[in-house]
Order: sequence, then C-alpha cells, then structure tokens
Amino acid sequence: MTKYDVLIVGGGSVGCAVAYALSRYDLKAAVAEKELDVGMGTSGRNSGVVHAGFNNRPGSLMAKLCVEGNEGFEALCKTLDIPYKKTGKLIVGYDEADHQALIKLKEQGEKNGVKGLEIIDGAAIRAIEPDLPASWAMLSRNTAVFNPFLYSIHLAEASAQNGVQYYLNSPVTAVEATEEGYRVQAGDHTLACRTLINSAGLFADKVSAMAGDPSFTIYPCRGEYYLLDKGTLKMPVYPVPRPGVGGLGVHLTVTVDGNILIGPSADYIEDHEDYSTTEPILGQLRREAMILLPTLNMRTVIGTYAGVRPKLVKKGEANFGDFVIERSPKAKHLINLIGIESPGITASMPIARMVLDILSEDTELVEKPDFVPTYRGIPPFAELSRAEQRALIEEDPDYGDVVCRCETVTRAQVKRALHNPIGATGVIAVKNRTRSTMGRCNGGYCFQRIVELLLSEGKAPQDIDLKRRGDRPLLGYVKGGQA
Amino acid sequence: MERADLIVIGGGPAGLAAAVRAKEKGVDRVLLLERNPVLGGILNQCIHDGFGVLRFGSAMSGPEYAARFIQMARDAGVETVTGAMVVELSPDKKVTYITPQGLFEVQAKAVILSTGCRERTRGALAVPGNRPAGVYTAGVVQYLMNMRNIAFGKNVVIMGSGDIGLIMARRMTLEGARVHCVLEKLPFCSGLPRNVRQCLEDFDIPLCLAETVKEIHGDDHITHVITAKVDEKGRFIPGSERTIPCDVLVLSVGLIPENELAKACGIEMDPVTGGALVDGDLMTSVPGVFSCGNGLHVHDLVDLVSEEGERAAEHAAAYLEGAANKPMVPVTVSGGIRYVLPRQLTAGEDGYLSMRVMLPGRDQKLTVTAGGRTLVSRKMKRVMPSEMIRLKVKDVPACEQVEVSLV
Ligand SMILES: Cc1cc2nc3c(=O)[nH]c(=O)nc-3n(C[C@H](O)[C@H](O)[C@H](O)COP(=O)(O)OP(=O)(O)OC[C@H]3O[C@@H](n4cnc5c(N)ncnc54)[C@H](O)[C@@H]3O)c2cc1C
Ligand SMILES: Cc1cc2nc3c(=O)[nH]c(=O)nc-3n(C[C@H](O)[C@H](O)[C@H](O)COP(=O)(O)OP(=O)(O)OC[C@H]3O[C@@H](n4cnc5c(N)ncnc54)[C@H](O)[C@@H]3O)c2cc1C
Repeated sequence: MTKYDVLIVGGGSVGCAVAYALSRYDLKAAVAEKELDVGMGTSGRNSGVVHAGFNNRPGSLMAKLCVEGNEGFEALCKTLDIPYKKTGKLIVGYDEADHQALIKLKEQGEKNGVKGLEIIDGAAIRAIEPDLPASWAMLSRNTAVFNPFLYSIHLAEASAQNGVQYYLNSPVTAVEATEEGYRVQAGDHTLACRTLINSAGLFADKVSAMAGDPSFTIYPCRGEYYLLDKGTLKMPVYPVPRPGVGGLGVHLTVTVDGNILIGPSADYIEDHEDYSTTEPILGQLRREAMILLPTLNMRTVIGTYAGVRPKLVKKGEANFGDFVIERSPKAKHLINLIGIESPGITASMPIARMVLDILSEDTELVEKPDFVPTYRGIPPFAELSRAEQRALIEEDPDYGDVVCRCETVTRAQVKRALHNPIGATGVIAVKNRTRSTMGRCNGGYCFQRIVELLLSEGKAPQDIDLKRRGDRPLLGYVKGGQA
Repeated sequence: MERADLIVIGGGPAGLAAAVRAKEKGVDRVLLLERNPVLGGILNQCIHDGFGVLRFGSAMSGPEYAARFIQMARDAGVETVTGAMVVELSPDKKVTYITPQGLFEVQAKAVILSTGCRERTRGALAVPGNRPAGVYTAGVVQYLMNMRNIAFGKNVVIMGSGDIGLIMARRMTLEGARVHCVLEKLPFCSGLPRNVRQCLEDFDIPLCLAETVKEIHGDDHITHVITAKVDEKGRFIPGSERTIPCDVLVLSVGLIPENELAKACGIEMDPVTGGALVDGDLMTSVPGVFSCGNGLHVHDLVDLVSEEGERAAEHAAAYLEGAANKPMVPVTVSGGIRYVLPRQLTAGEDGYLSMRVMLPGRDQKLTVTAGGRTLVSRKMKRVMPSEMIRLKVKDVPACEQVEVSLV
C-alpha cells in the first residue's frame, strides 16, 4: 500500500490547482480521479470564462476568491502555457429598468473590488459588436476567456513533473479512517494518506460522507450548450441578470479558439452525470441567443453539450450557497471543497492557496529547491508561423503529417498527447490536448487516423477507449482478422 | 520560389482526370498534390462495384477505377506528391503544402481545386440526447471496415438514406451484424434506386421513410435510439415513437463539398451547392482558379466526376495559353430545379449543365431556351433528387440569358 501525505480526490480544475500548489512543497501527494483523464467533469463542461467577480454577493467567499483569481489568471496561464485571451465582456440590457440594473451591478462589482467596469450606451456597444441590438451595457474589461481543458491538464502535468502521482481511471469507492489518516480504495489501488482533500465536484457530498462527514447534499443543476463554428464575435455577451434565475442567464461566449457558445440553461436534474441535451432547452437557447444577436447563423452549429452545477441549494430555495472550503469539523484529516460552482475555475488557484493555509495547521510545508513552476504543452501547430512550422517539421517529420484537417493537428502532436505525463488514455486524451476531433467535421477525418495510430502502436481495436472507462467503440476485427 | 504551370489540389478521380488531361493538352509542369499516402481519393475505400459503367462500359470497384487513372497519370508525366496537405491557396495562386519532408510553397499560373467532400455529422444536426460512443458517419465505418478490417457492432441503425449508408447496410449485414432499418426523414430516399434494390431489398432491410432519430440513448456506449415519424414540415408526430436497441448508429445524412482552402482564398461560394460559384469554364471568382468534382458539387457517379475534371483541365490549359475572355451568358432556372451548375455558359461553345431537382416527379419536361428559341427539350419519365441530371447545350448562342425549366 502506497502512503501519501496528501491524497486529492477528484482531478478537476480545483483538484489539479491544489495538486500544483502542493507540488512546490516537499510532500508526497497523489490525485485519484475516476475518469480516463483530468478535467472530464464540470471543469471540461462550462463557458470557459475568467469571471471578473461582479456577479457574486459582496462579502462571500465566491466574490473574494473570484476577484483574486481573475487578478492572477493571466500570469498563471503564461507560466503554464494555457491559451488565454483578455476579451472583455458585455452585459447587455434593453430599457431603463435594465439600465438601472446594470448600474446596480456595477456598484456591486466595485464593492467586490472589481476594476475596469463601465456603463456604455448603444452606440458604444455597436462600436465593439456592430450587430448587437442592445441599448445599454456594462463593459467589463477584465473578463477573459481560456481553454478549460488545457487548464486542468497543464496544472496536472506540471504537478506531475514536480512529483505528484496521478491515479486515473480510479474511482474512490471506500474511505476508511485509520490512526494516522485514511485508507482509500481508488479503483485497483489501495492508498493510505494523512490528509484527504475532497475536490470530487458533483460527488463531493458522497466522498465527504465516506470520510466521516455526512453533512452535505449536492443538487445537480444542468446547463445545456450549443457549440458553433468560428465566428466574428469578439467577446462574451451576457444578459442583465434576472432575479430568481439560477446561473447567469443564457449568454453568448467566444472560446479562445474563436468558436461561439450559446448557453447555459439552468435546470435541476436527478442524475448527477446526466449530460444529455434536450430539445425544449435547445429551443430556448436558440430563442434567447437570437434576442442577444439576431444575426447569429444557426447553420454553423457543430454540436451540443451540457455541464452540471454542484449546487448546495435545492430547487426553489432562495438561499445563497457559498463555496465550502474547510477542514471538516467532523473529521480532522478531511479538507472539504464542496459546492464549487461558477466561478470555480476562475477561483481555483485562490482556493488552492486556502487549502495550503488549512493544511499548514498540521503539516509542515517546506519548499522544494528543485520545483519547476513553468510548463510547456504540446505546440499548437496550427497557430504557429510558417517559419516555426517549418522548423518543427525539420525537427520531427511527424509534424508534417496532418491528422486532423479542420484544426490542422499533426501526428507529432497526437503522439505526444497519447504519451502524456499523467498517463491519460483514450481518444479523449488526444481530443482534450490537441483539439483533434473537435472541428467542424466532428472527427469524420481524424478519428480513423487516430485509431490507425493506436493500432500501429500495438493496441487492439477492442481495447481502444473513447471517452470513458469501458466505453469501447470498436468490436475487434471482422472475420478474416487483422488487416 | 518553386514554380508550376498548373497545380491540381486533391488526387481523387476529379484531380487525376484533370491532371492527365492537362498534360494531354500540352501544359508543361503539372503538379498534383494529395494529402493521403495514396492517390484515388474516396475510391480507395469503395470496394463495392458499380464504377465506370458510363465511361468504360464495365462495372468496376472503386480501387480498380482509380488504378486506371493513376496509371494514366504516371504515363502522362504528371508530377505527384502524396502525403501533401495543402494548407493555403493565396489569391495570386501561391500554394503552401506540408509533408513530412517539410513545408513547401509553389507559385502556380493556374490551379484546379478537386478537394472532394466531407460527410455531414450528427453534431451539425444537433440531435438532442447525451453523446455516447458508437455513433459514426458511414464514411468512417466504410474506411475502417474496408481498409483496416475493423468490426463495429452487432445491432445497427442507419440514419439517413444517402448512398454510403445504403452500401454500408449491405456491408455490415455481410459481416454478420443485424441492420434494423434505414431511417429517412424525407418522404423519399436520397440514395440511388439501384442501391436501394441491391443493398436493402436484397437483404430484407427496411427503408423507413418520413421517420428519423429523435433521441440517442446510452451512458457510455449507445444502447438504443428513439425514432419518430415526421410530418411534411419535418416536425415529429407525437405518439409515433419507436424504441430500437442498437450498439451502432451510422449516419448517412449527406455530403458537403470541402472548400476551406477556397473560402480562405476569398473565392465566392454558392450557398446552394456548398461549392464555388463557377462560370462556363468552371473558373471560380479568382481568375485562373478552377473547381471540379465533389468539391464543386456532390456527384453520384464517378464517371461524371472524371469528365468534369477533364473539362476543368481543358479550360485551365486554354487560360494558360492566354485565350481571350469569352462572353458569358447567365443561366436562370424555373420549376422544380434545386440548382443548376454552372450559372453561366460560354457563348459560341458547347455548354454542359448539371442539375438536381427538389422533389421526385414523373412525366415532366426539361427545356433549355434562349430568347424564345428552344435549344434542348427532353421528356423526363422520372426525376429523383438523388440522380444528377446532365445536359449538353450545343453551340450556346450569344444572348441575354439561357433559361432552364422543368415542368
Ligand atoms: C454550465 C456551467 C458553466 C460554468 N462556467 C464557468 C465559467 O465560465 N468560469 C468559471 O470560472 N467557472 C464556471 N463554471 C464553474 C466551474 O466549471 C466549476 O466551478 C469547476 O469546474 C469545479 O471544478 P471541480 O474541480 O471542483 O469539479 P469537477 O471539474 O467536477 O471535478 C471533480 C472531479 O472529481 C471526480 N470524481 C468525482 N467523484 C469521484 C470519486 N469518487 N473518485 C474519484 N474521482 C471522483 C470527477 O470525475 C471530476 O473529474 C461553470 C459551471 C457550469 C456547470
Ligand atoms: C462512399 C461513396 C460511395 C460511392 N459509390 C459510387 C459508386 O458506386 N459508383 C459511382 O460511380 N460513384 C460512386 N461514388 C461517387 C464517386 O466516388 C465520387 O463522386 C468521386 O470519388 C468524387 O471524386 P473527387 O475527386 O471529386 O473527390 P474525392 O474522391 O473525395 O477526392 C478528393 C481528394 O482530394 C484530397 N484533398 C482534399 N483536400 C486536400 C488538401 N487540402 N490537400 C491535399 N489533398 C486534398 C483528398 O484527400 C482526396 O483524395 C461514391 C462516393 C462515395 C463517397
């Protein structure tokens, strides 16, 4: 049984941020994640916006950590090679009531310490986005967008480079209290740890209960999205927040790559991992998006997806649910991170710093001399200059073999993604690291090429996982056998 | 910078035929660029027969048909580079391509685009439900099954009645899978009648018209689909739902011409065909850049693809010789025609028109007139959206416009 000082349950953005923060210190740390890769839960199913912090209730942890997170986000992305773009954002309204609501929102933001907020009129709006019909808007200059997949992945890979062990495909199913901490069953592994950090997202209530603190119930609340091909939108556009609506209202977002998102809706559901999209909601998304931007071209739809918020308040309950970041009052070796919904990714690094503070109460944190803070991911071939592309091909001919035509991803990138430092497997590991299969042809071109690469590396077709454990899309060979 | 007289982008049947004809017409340096490791395009994965009936009078398999043209290209002295992905075409006809040997730029005097098409996907159609594994486009199944011997599943539902889906219904049946049905949203089949007979009827696979997939189910892997009938407006009819268990859903919901290079080059596109707008010489809005094959508009017969490639090459050769600009006559359509291509014909030359109808029909008359004079008149016993209609207009007169009508 391997012993750790700290075991983190859940490799989402929060768990990975904690792992990265911990990897600076001389500790034995590990992450147990049930999926084939990190960032497969809520952290890979959201709007990908670095929030500024004006939406959150003054005085709340959410407000404080969001503002802090926003301030450090750009530097963090630079250090870890995470695509980031400071786009700014518009919150738009149409009449005097909306105008007044925007003024209130600005006041709330300023109370939270948010900078760069400004109320602008229709003409100023159209100078930024010519096709928006809104009459009033609050421009938030510090709002940004980033690549949410690479956020968790690069935090994880950077922490792995500094010694954190990753157990992927390892759901935590049993936690047993021992003298000096816990014994944990994570997939095929039995692990011991002194401190258990629970960042299990939608299942954080269950993990907390396993570890001796049954105080929480998470209510899943789904948000559905449309994903559109690249368009001309320059920044996210949100409606004025309406009271009583969970979430921030259906908005338009640009991704770092220029694709447009419509969503999310907000509906309580039964099953925590029901990521279905549904026709009535998609209809609602189309209608609300057309109000924001009547010229939107729905023929450029690439797909739909959904994310689920881990809410601590029930449907219809007006209570405000703040982040729970605490050493459990019921279990002294357990640090709980529960109810981390939006703006959880924005706030993930400040959350990690809070965890360090809590951990330091009973664990000595000594900095390692050989800690490497920076990380370089797989070169995004498509975004490089021709000269840089030429140099890469010279270095490795596999950069001259284009596997994904929509996103111009090369064989060299796919190979690096398959042989990543945390041991993530499945076609999904390639998708999340390279954008292969995410383009307008939905993998029609590259899926077969990725499969061929896996076969050439000796994998049998029936052993190729797609997205999740046991999700094996290919049956094997036809009669007559291997080609 | 390296130079070529003509660069042909895409080495499928359209590009091969174009390159061969260009050499025959005396074009000096013809460079054919193909991103796959072999020439032949989509034909390589089409191991069924039915290719070349018009052109060679015998039904060949796709690879056999391709092999003939690959040999001709070799004999004619076409220079080919395979494994070469063209990533950029500039309006002054500089072509940038990437191979494992490096990144290359070549200045061409003329360019022929023959980049083929890609398949439409479920994503683009955004069927609600979760997104389990086991959903593929027919072309992906065809490629992995035919080229890599991969087996997919035992219980298959095919959504869309495009030709590739029909062919894969038969292929998967022969490999021991049970194909439950082919669903088609429209009240008529979008594949060729001969494929309905040979691939579905001969194997007792039901073709369910005016019915489509409403929901896709399965946590990790697909377990079943819920289908429903649709009315004339494409709306689901309540109460008509059926649950069909399956472990594979194959999509055959249409093809889209592949034109990212053309679009990025600023070439004007035709929203109806999805291909470039071309004149009577198959030339695009960028002078010296021509388009043909499935990249121009989706064909159903390869023989006609080859022929179109040859015509593009003839016009490119004339362009390279500096042939004078000829007057073009616009083509207009009326009646049940969805599109006609090209939308202009060259006065004083024979013109070739390709068109597709919107709906199936019987006993109609197709006429081509110019200034009140009938140029062509043809009785159409049966028309189908799946079957491209081709017409030759002899010696197009210099006139205001040519009108095509189907009534
Ligand atoms: C629709 C939507 C839009 C959002 N938009 C934004 C935004 O624009 N900006 C922003 O900052 N935030 C946004 N958020 C919030 C943000 O996505 C979350 O706050 C954040 O991703 C939470 O990260 P996490 O690591 O706590 O949870 P998760 O990402 O869910 O990670 C938890 C991990 O734990 C794993 N796990 C669960 N149980 C077990 C177990 N028993 N054993 C092992 N592993 C387990 C899961 O597989 C998962 O990987 C949005 C959220 C939603 C739902
Ligand atoms: C599955 C299927 C079954 C068919 N069955 C029949 C049949 O039974 N009988 C019949 O007569 N016809 C059939 N057809 C029709 C016929 O095969 C096609 O119409 C014909 O192959 C189209 O030729 P093409 O050259 O335009 O396109 P393709 O064959 O698709 O060739 C295009 C080529 O361009 C290359 N290319 C594209 N972009 C680039 C780039 N950027 N750089 C370099 N290269 C590039 C591609 O790799 C490809 O090789 C079938 C078609 C399909 C798809």
